[in-house]
Amino acid sequence: MVETQEQPVRTATPVISVVDLVKRFDSKTVLDGVTLDVFPGETMVIMGGSGCGKSTLLRHMIGSMQPNEGSVRLFGEDLVVLSEDQLNAVRKRFGILFQSGALFNSMTVGENVALPLNEHTDLDEATIDIMVRIKLELVGLREAVDLMPAEISGGMKKRAGLARAIALDPEILFYDEPSAGLDPVTSAEIDQLIMDLTGKLGVTSVVVTHEMDSAFRIADRMGMLDKGRMLKIAPRAEFEAIRDGEATGDEMTDLIRQFLRGDSEGPITDRRRETGYEEDILEMAGGP
Amino acid sequence: MDRAGIPIYLVRWAGAQVLTALGRIGGMAILLSVTARWVYKAIFTPKARFDVEGLTVQMVRVGVKSVGVVALVQIFIGVILALQMTPPLEPFGQEGMVSNIIGVAGFRMLGPIITAVVLSGFAGASIAAELGTMVVSEEIEAMEAIALNPIRYLVVPRILATFVMTILLTIVADWMIAVGGWVTSRLVLGPESYVGYWVRMREQLRYRDFVTGLIQAGVFGILISLIACHEGLKVTGGAEGVGRATTKTVVYSIVAIVIAACICTMIFYAFEL
Ligand SMILES: Nc1ncnc2c1ncn2[C@@H]1O[C@H](COP(=O)(O)OP(=O)(O)OP(=O)(O)O)[C@@H](O)[C@H]1O
Ligand SMILES: [Mg+2]
Repeated sequence: MVETQEQPVRTATPVISVVDLVKRFDSKTVLDGVTLDVFPGETMVIMGGSGCGKSTLLRHMIGSMQPNEGSVRLFGEDLVVLSEDQLNAVRKRFGILFQSGALFNSMTVGENVALPLNEHTDLDEATIDIMVRIKLELVGLREAVDLMPAEISGGMKKRAGLARAIALDPEILFYDEPSAGLDPVTSAEIDQLIMDLTGKLGVTSVVVTHEMDSAFRIADRMGMLDKGRMLKIAPRAEFEAIRDGEATGDEMTDLIRQFLRGDSEGPITDRRRETGYEEDILEMAGGP
Repeated sequence: MDRAGIPIYLVRWAGAQVLTALGRIGGMAILLSVTARWVYKAIFTPKARFDVEGLTVQMVRVGVKSVGVVALVQIFIGVILALQMTPPLEPFGQEGMVSNIIGVAGFRMLGPIITAVVLSGFAGASIAAELGTMVVSEEIEAMEAIALNPIRYLVVPRILATFVMTILLTIVADWMIAVGGWVTSRLVLGPESYVGYWVRMREQLRYRDFVTGLIQAGVFGILISLIACHEGLKVTGGAEGVGRATTKTVVYSIVAIVIAACICTMIFYAFEL
């Protein structure tokens, strides 16, 4: 065990509590007993390879997917048993930035940000207009207020999506691959934004990503998801130690180490080789 | 495949087809009942107000944009009816009856059916493509995540707008068929046809001819938009899925329209309407 100085104080009850979550599509198990607590004010980063179930886990945390087994609690409320109206009450307390930004393409950037305010508050139009400008200023997009989503770049879409996500001053923010597909500078800007929001608004953040630079920049704690299982949840320093340390011979640690370092050799690639590709080829060629 | 296998295979295939069809109908029934609940809420509870602006946008999109095509198509239907129905009437010296026939066929059936078929290509396909694209770009999920119900905000205005506009367009269509018939009588057929054309049509038609046509139009409107919304919202697999959804929408709509027309006609016949 590595010594960590920045471990957050864990006296509070978790705002998000995922217990033994299992999700299957047909017969394919995508989440296989995931357990995860996220505490108030911290930034939790969930890492994992493509297709390991990160977005699926996120969809369960926002109540848009029903698990086969297990439970998801937000603010102490079990999302699985909530009615539509109760779920909507919870939804007003968190915001989510989707992988593609998910702006409403038929509305301007400003209207996108204004929508939750129009629908869920009794504020008058002038006030909403001011709030929209404040939110857009926060993400550095004030000048884009009247543009259509089709007219702005991918990075701007993500920032606009973020402005919409924080429109109702959420207590939790979820991010699905906030920096994927962006250039390093824009990606670093988004990271800075995430940290600013956590600092300025005191929100709890859950960030799903496979960009390691970004993950290590923003995380308080990190979780490593692999084939639908949570391999390890630990403070950032512990993952840094694994990344910077030598291979240990312990399968799980080495697997995490390979992922963090982006090495082309290691347990992840070994595992792919074990799937019998060579035998298949040989068999097709007429047996060994 | 061995000989005994072929019938089993066929039965299995037919069974699977029936099951998917039932699943689809079930899905649409649920969508319709949720829509009905929102409409009820919007009318009877002050809290869930109607999105008048959204409804207007949809009515313009469904109706105003297709009125030209509907009118054009229906005029030609009137022309065709006049030209095809006159020869059989001639031996009886009843060329004048062509206006009666155009009236009944147009108002009772061809007006609503052809309008609905045009709309399934016009409005149905575009609704399915639009909603499907929204699914692919995560917009629907985003909507749910900001606590807005997609059925209430997207499906309800589209179904209501298509329902209303199919009826209104059918009224236009009915008259266009009649006009098409009259123009043909005037230009091609003799005075036996066009003298007293409107009087005979007026004498032949009763309100029920007009109203049963409009009832059918309303049913078709709901079917088209329901199928379009259902196919659009269950798109999977990116842009390709959107293309599939639009094609399916048009095909299923036309089948549904014809089946519904048949059922409606049977009911009207049984009750002597
Ligand atoms: N609605 C669905 N129906 C069937 N299978 C699904 C569905 N959603 C996800 N999957 C499957 O679940 C697995 C995990 O998907 P998920 O989107 O959670 O991966 P991810 O970790 O977010 O990957 P990426 O990094 O590429 O975004 C994939 O194999 C995917 O095919
Ligand atoms: Mg994903």
